Amino acid sequence: MKLIATGNEAVAYAVLDASPDFIAAYPITPQTTIVEALAKFKESGKLKATYIPVESEHSALSACIGAGSMGKRTFTATSSQGLLYMAEMLHWASNARLPIVMANVNRALAPGWNLWADLSDSLSQRDAGWLQLYVSTVQEAYDTILMAYRISEDPNVLLPVMVNLEGFVLSHSAQPLETLEGCYLEPLDLPHRLDTGTPHTLGNVASPNDYFKLRRDAENAARKSAKVTRKAEKELFELTGRAYRPVMEYRCDDADVIIAAMGVFAREAEAACDILRDKGVKVGVARVRQFRPFPEFDFDGRLIVIDRDYSYGCGGILAQEIRARTGKPVYSVIAGLGGQDMTYKDFVKIVIESREEGERWWGID
Amino acid sequence: MLRGNSACPGCQANLALRHVLRACGADTILILTPGCSAACQGIYPDTCINVPVLNTAFAAGASTAIGVAASTDSNVVVYAGDGATADIGLASLSFALEYNTDFLYICYDNEAYGNTGAQRSGTTPYGARTTTTPGGKRQHKKDIDSIVCAHQIPYMATAAAAYPDDLYRKVKKALSYKGSKFIHVLTPCPTLWGFPQEKSAYIGKLAIKTGAWVLYEKDSGKISISLWSKNILDKYLPLEDYLKAQSRFSGISDKDILELKRNMNESVKRLVQE
Repeated sequence: MKLIATGNEAVAYAVLDASPDFIAAYPITPQTTIVEALAKFKESGKLKATYIPVESEHSALSACIGAGSMGKRTFTATSSQGLLYMAEMLHWASNARLPIVMANVNRALAPGWNLWADLSDSLSQRDAGWLQLYVSTVQEAYDTILMAYRISEDPNVLLPVMVNLEGFVLSHSAQPLETLEGCYLEPLDLPHRLDTGTPHTLGNVASPNDYFKLRRDAENAARKSAKVTRKAEKELFELTGRAYRPVMEYRCDDADVIIAAMGVFAREAEAACDILRDKGVKVGVARVRQFRPFPEFDFDGRLIVIDRDYSYGCGGILAQEIRARTGKPVYSVIAGLGGQDMTYKDFVKIVIESREEGERWWGID
Repeated sequence: MLRGNSACPGCQANLALRHVLRACGADTILILTPGCSAACQGIYPDTCINVPVLNTAFAAGASTAIGVAASTDSNVVVYAGDGATADIGLASLSFALEYNTDFLYICYDNEAYGNTGAQRSGTTPYGARTTTTPGGKRQHKKDIDSIVCAHQIPYMATAAAAYPDDLYRKVKKALSYKGSKFIHVLTPCPTLWGFPQEKSAYIGKLAIKTGAWVLYEKDSGKISISLWSKNILDKYLPLEDYLKAQSRFSGISDKDILELKRNMNESVKRLVQE
């Protein structure tokens, strides 16, 4: 089906096509239109899942953990404060090895109250054990939700996946969308699901040795997920012709300067890249789509990393990851926090004014 | 429930769980929140519970049950302490009840945070000493039962581990209803309350005989006082007998005993009037 849809609508269509058994969610701007769309699908009979509008995000994820432990396919969505309110259960979901899929609509954290795009919410949860993917278009939001189920439910993975899209700039922006007809996912077969026929206990007291082993298993699964993600990308490419990679490269082959960024920001940087190329500056854009596990990041050019997020005392979070991965000097730019408008003109200026190494809070420093 | 668990001798929380599980049968999924009952289930890979058990976070007993209940026709039972029920888990419990989730929620009430070593909870009674109320609690026990009943669920009851036949009957009855059921079980704790282990059942019975705990049920909106409490409504033993048997009330002033009695009488009066 071809249509014009917003990022949030694309997420809802993908959930519909993933045919989950159970959805629990709580509204929060700018995620709300996802749960509203799902409620409409449910009301019209299109969506077969049990849909429960619970009283908080903590309960939304807890309910998904309950249904997930019964071997059911689940979905929830949140944003910002809601994601942080879930924090305890985020770790629970990954440590319980449950393949839950969640859409997080990236929004700034209070105070002061701010509803606009900022990746600090999900990036502050980067160690919660969820695989994290960041999308940049409406179509990619749709495709990635479906791929997320494929990845999380793989018997070698069994970890939850968070699909991130920026608030308003993507969640409420309309673009063309092509949906698949019907669900291409195989039924979920959770090996440790609860069953009254063969009673067992999930999550009881674990001695240090057993605890340690369980964590190592989860770590191995997170590492293996990269390979499974490549398989899911290949499968989707064969189905649709749309190609996704952990790092999406734009004119990177002969680039002297690489701009690294995530989400919509990186697409804006592509426009800047074209302008700079016309001026003779060989720029490329590396859009990090897969943040956890952090992918290979191997480029020859000088690195400019643009973060719409921060870790106080440590700077941009993507910059930290890329520094750690490459061991190379990085020019780190923190920009667009709380939805500060950034156009391709800003990105052109960033490149022109950049140095070999350093940090700059754009528009302030 | 299988033989052998790591509960303290004289533990009524585990005694009550044994009778709950006996009433529920094998077609049951049990949800545990952190607390004594979770600590007593055994250390992985062992367990003393022979039905599927899902451990969940402190505030998440009822909300986890929402997901389980949506995924099975088996009995879904939450067995959670007073802290997990009346304090940290109250919001999620409230939604689950308001939604009339098809499950049985059992609160075992030892009137303090037991597994962390006796800190005050919302259901700690007035005058009781805990490690966070060393001079005695200055607030009354939270009336979680009225809060639960305000959700207009099909079945609510109080019970006591010391009266297992009554508890068993109430669990059976609760499970015969669709929708949300709530049973509030008094489970005296020798360690927290300060009485000898062998007096556990005695203290449990004394709670009813002195009127410190009233056994009743609210079935489809109608309250009835259960037999063990009904027979003694006008001939309670002195409350002092119950208080003096427990070191958590040692040093309680006469004024505080009067205040405790006043509050208790009011609760009983309200129940009888309803």
